[in-house]
Amino acid sequence: MTTDQTGAKESGPSDLAQADFARDAGSSTLSDYVRDYISRVRGGEVGALPAVLGLIVLALIFSRASDRFLSVFNLANLVSQAGITVLIAMGLVFVLLLGEIDLAAGTASGACASIMGLALVNKGDLHKAFGTTVWVIVLLFLVAAIVIAVMSRLWIAVGIIALAGLMILTSVGTGNEIGAIYVAVSAGVGIGIMTGFLVSRIGIPSFVVTLALFLGWQGVLLQFIGTGSAISTSNFNLINNISNGNLPPLLGWILFVVVVGGYAAFTLWRSVQRRSEGLSADPVAVVLLRAGGLALVSGIGLFFLNQERSPNPATNSIKGAPYVLPIIIMLMIFWTFVLTKTRFGRYVYAVGGNAEAARRAGVDLRRIRTAAFAIGAGMAAFGGIVQASRLGSVPSDAGGGNTLLYAVAAAVIGGTSLFGGRGRARDAVIGGLVIAMIPNGLGLLPNLPSSANFMITMLVLLLAASVDALSRRRSAAS
Amino acid sequence: MVVASNPILSMTGINKSFGPVHVLHDIDFAVYPGEVTALVGDNGAGKTTLVKCVSGIYGVDSGEIRFNGEPVNVHGPRDAAALGIEVVYQDLALCDNLDIVQNMFLGREERRAGLLDEGLMERRSRDVLSSLSVRTVKSVRQVVSSLSGGQRQTVAIAKSVLWNSKVVLLDEPTAALGVAQTEQVLALVRRLADQGLGVVLISHNMNDVLQVSDRIATLYLGRLAAEVKAKDVTHAQVVELITTGRSGDIGLRPAEAAATTI
Repeated sequence: MTTDQTGAKESGPSDLAQADFARDAGSSTLSDYVRDYISRVRGGEVGALPAVLGLIVLALIFSRASDRFLSVFNLANLVSQAGITVLIAMGLVFVLLLGEIDLAAGTASGACASIMGLALVNKGDLHKAFGTTVWVIVLLFLVAAIVIAVMSRLWIAVGIIALAGLMILTSVGTGNEIGAIYVAVSAGVGIGIMTGFLVSRIGIPSFVVTLALFLGWQGVLLQFIGTGSAISTSNFNLINNISNGNLPPLLGWILFVVVVGGYAAFTLWRSVQRRSEGLSADPVAVVLLRAGGLALVSGIGLFFLNQERSPNPATNSIKGAPYVLPIIIMLMIFWTFVLTKTRFGRYVYAVGGNAEAARRAGVDLRRIRTAAFAIGAGMAAFGGIVQASRLGSVPSDAGGGNTLLYAVAAAVIGGTSLFGGRGRARDAVIGGLVIAMIPNGLGLLPNLPSSANFMITMLVLLLAASVDALSRRRSAAS
Repeated sequence: MVVASNPILSMTGINKSFGPVHVLHDIDFAVYPGEVTALVGDNGAGKTTLVKCVSGIYGVDSGEIRFNGEPVNVHGPRDAAALGIEVVYQDLALCDNLDIVQNMFLGREERRAGLLDEGLMERRSRDVLSSLSVRTVKSVRQVVSSLSGGQRQTVAIAKSVLWNSKVVLLDEPTAALGVAQTEQVLALVRRLADQGLGVVLISHNMNDVLQVSDRIATLYLGRLAAEVKAKDVTHAQVVELITTGRSGDIGLRPAEAAATTI
């Protein structure tokens, strides 16, 4: 889409042919669509293309290097490994969309998971678990978060945190596994509200705020864990099953039909409907191809996940997709819906694209920023819970190390821009798979030192960031 | 050309100071529906300050603003928008990563059952662009980053008329544009006025001003030097008014002009 072309059309006699938005119904044929897509990619809108290519290349390399890589056991392992990164990254997409960063998402996930662990181990009595001083401080923190959420008119966050605060105060429901998960996620939302306050109202750059909080939440985690070295969660079935339990194969296929069929039906209906109203829409062929591709890839994946992968099937049968997979898919659909169909989602993109323009249009920047951080930290808490499930405990370094960097890398590799304004919930899923595949595949290679793991991850991340920076320059130049 | 007797927006005796600096002296300024009023003046003459007073970003120290003959108080951009006064700023307030429809409705999205009503917004955007005879944009679903400077300016101006506005203030709309694009934007400015809106055009470019405007108001060091009909003056006269505050027998009296320069 070069300026010369447009310039020629503006002045030339073709002007009249272009009148009344001749192309407004969108590209009507498949070949038009492909041509448009290629010109978009050349113009810098690469989307998820690099991540998908990376996924294919990595899969080819690893499957040649080790015959265990494509085994059914490893496939399931890969999914549950990727789960943690994907969930944290999905929340980070909101923060990154604003052009901000949340370096504390990793350690916040650990601190939140430890609250869940403590609540369960102490049968819901967080007062006893924390000791009075810490318990009071936690409650005061939640009250402060509620006040800030009220100031920012984030009523959903107010409700979530207030209910969790009441539960902690009265110890009602916190002993229940669902209740404990809820309290942990709400604590994440509270943490995000506080981060958002420091960034949007005090005006500290998010890099500095979250760098400080990165250290802070590590301390909080150690404080919560106390003298023990870890909080064991493996005795709690529901939590243990998130990562280690599997969806029964039949249920997996039902979910497959509902999700993929629902996607195909919805996109097809929208295309036909919009075209009949004379609005821009994707060609039906493209919609069908997309749905077909999705059905093929996810169908093959589910088929393998549904195979028996226990070394000893007679005594202990293991088959089906890990529960974390449907959780991720549901959250991805939910956040995609929020980003594309709600006013809030639109404002997130607007603030990330041009904050001044959004402000002049009447968007409350502080509200949007605070909400994005709250979503980021709330999703990070989900990631922490999945990690606790996978490890069977909340260790003293939960969410530390490279948890956060992997999550940021996942979002960026998936196509979310570090400069803000561009990104989708699905980026976290595709990027998370790429990021999880590297240590997974390298781990299967004999005689490969762990140093290679970090260095190869570095290369992949730098490559993704370069693609981001270059495509941005490209779209600015056109 | 509609000849309207009553101004849609009139300002009388406007004074504005920033600390010791008296930026606007007793400005009388009026905008008529169906006319393009050019606001010209050298750098620092007070053009932008005057626009910001109209749009509610600055309060005035003294003076009266009347809208449709009624005295009004404009305390902020939202008050101005509620009256139907829209400002298109020099640095375009568009989001590069959103498409034309999303930009035009930014901050005022149409919703159905709590969700964005994309169909309605797309149709209305297209209607507005067609009503302004905008033909240079291929699709209203193009992202703004893929548009040329002139097309962006077009979108920014079209956005301002989407909301049944009565007065549109354009701050240097052609400053960064090429020749062909300038022509398009000026034609669009003219069409806005032909639709009955009161248009204020701030510009440094005398050719643009003389080509498109009906009236020319010249500011000279914070005073209104003259408000004249565009057809009554020449290029040279306008330049003289801008640089010295007077030209022949129009403009500030010599004493006044001299007092101002001190």
